[in-house]
Amino acid sequence: MNRHGNIYTIIYIVVLVTVVGATLAFTSISLKDKQRVNADADKMRQILASVNIISEKKDILNDYEKYIIDSYIIDNTGKRLDIEVKAFDVNVAKQSKELQDKRLLPIYECRLDDGSLKYIVPMYGAGLWGPIWGYISVDADGSTIYGAYFAHQSETPGLGAEIENEYFGSRFIGKRIIKNHTFTPVAVVKNGKKPMGNQEYVDGISGATITSKGVSSMIENCLTPYAGFLESLSVE
Amino acid sequence: MMSNKNVFFNPFSKDNPVIVQILGICSVLAVTAKLEPAIVMGLSVIAVLAFSNVIISLIRKTIPTNIRIIVQLVVVAALVVIVSQLLQAYAYNVSKQLSVFIGLIITNCILMGRLEAFAMANRPWPSFLDGIGNGIGYAIILVIVGFFRELLGSGSLFGIKVVPQCLYDLGYSDNGLMILPPMALIVVACIIWVHRSYNKDLQDKQ
Repeated sequence: MNRHGNIYTIIYIVVLVTVVGATLAFTSISLKDKQRVNADADKMRQILASVNIISEKKDILNDYEKYIIDSYIIDNTGKRLDIEVKAFDVNVAKQSKELQDKRLLPIYECRLDDGSLKYIVPMYGAGLWGPIWGYISVDADGSTIYGAYFAHQSETPGLGAEIENEYFGSRFIGKRIIKNHTFTPVAVVKNGKKPMGNQEYVDGISGATITSKGVSSMIENCLTPYAGFLESLSVE
Repeated sequence: MMSNKNVFFNPFSKDNPVIVQILGICSVLAVTAKLEPAIVMGLSVIAVLAFSNVIISLIRKTIPTNIRIIVQLVVVAALVVIVSQLLQAYAYNVSKQLSVFIGLIITNCILMGRLEAFAMANRPWPSFLDGIGNGIGYAIILVIVGFFRELLGSGSLFGIKVVPQCLYDLGYSDNGLMILPPMALIVVACIIWVHRSYNKDLQDKQ
């Protein structure tokens, strides 16, 4: 067959693409379960990190089952929704872009070793270069932050990427988000500054203004729909 | 014709893809802030380069010349996707750190360069050696750069602190600039400087 002919070229590329396509499809299908397990384990690690439990890789599944006693979905009035979807499978990225009263809001209930109950709320927002996300845990009365964990996809190393470090998350510990039965989110501000009003605040990362602002608006956007739920906890 | 031994060992130093041919600089800047991703990236490139070289070499006589670059790209892209999937399944944390850079192996100039310059004209076994050799040549530089950047930038190696606390107490502090991409360029330049001064025949004749 003429190797320079058009027909040869077309047949060649069709065969090549078919073979490559089949190989890739096979790889993807055979590795999918394992990738899913990894991604789930990583999510569980992050959820546990927000209640200051740092698990070894092999213990994550056990620890998650031990500490996270329940998880469910609520709406923005605080009412528990009775739907098929599991809280763990809710796509927080997608929900965070919906209107507040349309969102599915996942809640994880965590029982610590000392018997105290914490509620964990997932968050998702935008940093400077890409998405940022995290988990915040609050005490059983819904008013005080117990712990926080943040992560990012592509923030600048040494600057915005610092939000992933424990020291940044621990700045949120003990901040009150409910005062006089009213919800106010925690703000992230430049070192030495204060937010307007009597909002509680933490210092941002020096040199990472946009990432710090991103964290601040992520907390506001993702925590505000839980206001009804958190306020009802503080009344009880 | 080069002997198999030269095909394998030349890329380590005299014909190094990064510091002599100045190829693949982009990924050297991106993944060398820490040692661990640098090593995984090096291994991934070795694997992709070796196998794509062999595959292209095996089918080199059948490839229609007018679409040979596309064929090379399809083979490389397929191998890169497989490596990326394997990392997600077996080294999840590293794959998270490397994120888009694994995908960018597809456009790594070293790959296209070796496929075009070597695999299209040589038998599979020498092509395999050429792929491994060039991959190792690339990985060596990655590891050297990663070593200095992590040591000076974060005071650690493989994520473990190696700079003793007493030095910090005396006022030493990590150089944040080392973590940013421009410093990789400067470290690579220093390596080239040292390398050229040992290999006088690589210096430009005045």
